[in-house]
Amino acid sequence: MNSSPVLFALDALTGALFLLTALGVVATRQVLASLQLFILQSLLLALSAVLLGNAQGSIHLFAVAAITIATKTLLIPWLLRHTVSAEVYRTREIERVLNIPSSLLIAAVLIVLAYVVANPLLGAVEVPFAQVNLPFGIAAMFLGAFTIAVRREAVPQLLGLLAVENGVFFAGVAIVPNLPVIAELAAAVDVPVIALVLGMLTRRIHARLGTTSVGDLASLREH
Amino acid sequence: MELIGIVVAPVLAGGFSLLPVGRRFAAPVTVLATAGVLGLAVAVAMQAARTGRVEASGEWLTCDGLGALVLLLVAFVGFTAALFSWGYIAERGKRGGPRNVQHYYGLYNLFVLSMLLVPLLANVALMWIAVELTTLLSAFLVGFEDTPEALEAAWKYVILTTLGAVLALLGFLILYWGSRVAGVEAFTWAGLIEAAPRMPPALLWPAFLFILVGFGTKVGLVPMHTWLPDAHSQAPASICALLSGVETTTVLYVILRLLPVVDVAPGLDARPWFIGFGLLSVAIATLLFIHVRDFKRMFAFSTVEHMGIILVAAGLGGADAHLGAAYQMTGHAIAKSFCFFAAGVTVLGVGTQDIAAVRGLVRSSPLAAIALLAGGFAIAGAPPFAVFMSEFVILKAGLASGQYLVVGLLAVLVVIAFCAVMLHVNRMVFGVAEQEMAAVTVPRSCKVTLALAAIPLLIIGIYVPAPLYDLLKAAASAMGG
Repeated sequence: MNSSPVLFALDALTGALFLLTALGVVATRQVLASLQLFILQSLLLALSAVLLGNAQGSIHLFAVAAITIATKTLLIPWLLRHTVSAEVYRTREIERVLNIPSSLLIAAVLIVLAYVVANPLLGAVEVPFAQVNLPFGIAAMFLGAFTIAVRREAVPQLLGLLAVENGVFFAGVAIVPNLPVIAELAAAVDVPVIALVLGMLTRRIHARLGTTSVGDLASLREH
Repeated sequence: MELIGIVVAPVLAGGFSLLPVGRRFAAPVTVLATAGVLGLAVAVAMQAARTGRVEASGEWLTCDGLGALVLLLVAFVGFTAALFSWGYIAERGKRGGPRNVQHYYGLYNLFVLSMLLVPLLANVALMWIAVELTTLLSAFLVGFEDTPEALEAAWKYVILTTLGAVLALLGFLILYWGSRVAGVEAFTWAGLIEAAPRMPPALLWPAFLFILVGFGTKVGLVPMHTWLPDAHSQAPASICALLSGVETTTVLYVILRLLPVVDVAPGLDARPWFIGFGLLSVAIATLLFIHVRDFKRMFAFSTVEHMGIILVAAGLGGADAHLGAAYQMTGHAIAKSFCFFAAGVTVLGVGTQDIAAVRGLVRSSPLAAIALLAGGFAIAGAPPFAVFMSEFVILKAGLASGQYLVVGLLAVLVVIAFCAVMLHVNRMVFGVAEQEMAAVTVPRSCKVTLALAAIPLLIIGIYVPAPLYDLLKAAASAMGG
């Protein structure tokens, strides 16, 4: 295994940028900007897979990188453009559940929490790149889940979900470098299907209700 | 061979439903295919009951006692719900047009297939994908009625359960990591049990928690249950029967599979977590029963309650409690699907799901009333129905192992839940109507479904056939000692 300091430093840089895009998805108000940040995040995931594949001589990780680029930066944006109407992309959220400073404060707490979760795992087994990828991946997961909780628009919620998936894969490329069929199949089939199903639901909600502010839908609750 | 047939039949029926010729024949073909699957599943279950294990077809499909039990339950409800759909969807799907109905049957077959695959797939990674597909394939079935409420329910359902599944995915990746560290290549349930003693606990434990919380979302465990009453009340009744009756059980099965894995690991104990989540779910569901206003929602809360009871039973430990858990899974799947068929027939008649609006059903629609009453008694756990018997087995096993506090709490909650459910059902059936309700015309296929589904409902509480008993035993032993 070739874990040269240069590759490690590059991976650490990729991880930091990866986390920044996750923070960006939490903070941005524009629906279109959320999508662009997600594409950037997926590219960084692919870059990390290439770096790790290079360091560990794993052909699987190059396949993961290729699949990530094909599905998440090309197929999913294309699917969303065809299922969700253009009107949705121009939407800018006026109301938010939380304002941006308090969102970022909670995000900081979540990142610390991710380290707390990842630390015992890193202590148990020595895997060089996991030092970067596991905590950053888990942090991106938490931030994605937080995005779903605070956003009201359908497309940002969907992108939050895909960001959670990106976080899992960012951790996954380091902890299971010889990824079994799971990663390849899941990435190739599962993620675009999630985008397709939620995109089509968004379209129907838009057609039926005239809004895609799913966070405001609250006719179903205990009285 | 049987296992391959079980996988192929729904694919063929689903594909056929989407062809132009499927417009007229989608319903009967789906009923035929699911009946075939049920026949094959019975054969598989008999074999599993005799030998504890079904010969694998290739290296991808396999089945043991617990898997065969889940397979049998999915196949049974898959068949009865298909039969119920025939008349019900023809009635409710008029507005959407024939194409909509075609899509319904196409997705229906694939949804059932994805649930059948969960207990069959040998590779744990592929099993995860099957669980994920159960959500994605049923999203449009939940939103089938195309009302704002149904779409809202479908959105919450997909977002939250997929979020849970992705959380569980990290757990499975860590499990795979751990089994590689322990030197085991095969990513199967047997491989995990083999690897667990040598797996670093610092990996196995967080993996277990990620999967428990992630898939617990899809099972409807409190506090991750918020989507469940929405989806399980807004979907068409036939889909509710599948969602509540078996989809939750299928995912709970995956969580139960972790029990023997964690058991053999030194120094870890999953049981307090099972009991904690289980009791919390039963308690919150019981509280929600009291205020519920929508009768489909009431049955949905009852699913949260029953998932909690099964989890507590697994957590109590011991062969007897595990047997009770397997029995409860069986009783719940049969009774809950029946309840939703009864609720569907009632909705066809009265056009509302509001409990307060339904009074004196026994006079306007005796069939719906009797079905609702029987389903209510069965699911609330009155003797001599199966749920009563299995709860009795569970409580007895808990007392025998000296876990008095857990048993006491569970018993009190179950009794309160029983009273709450029966109070609501009683008012709907025998209450005094302010105005005479119109008589219900029930489609023939719905009547046949109720008659067929009533047979196991009435029998298995009184008499468990020997092969079924062996199967329950085999399922219990697969959960570990």
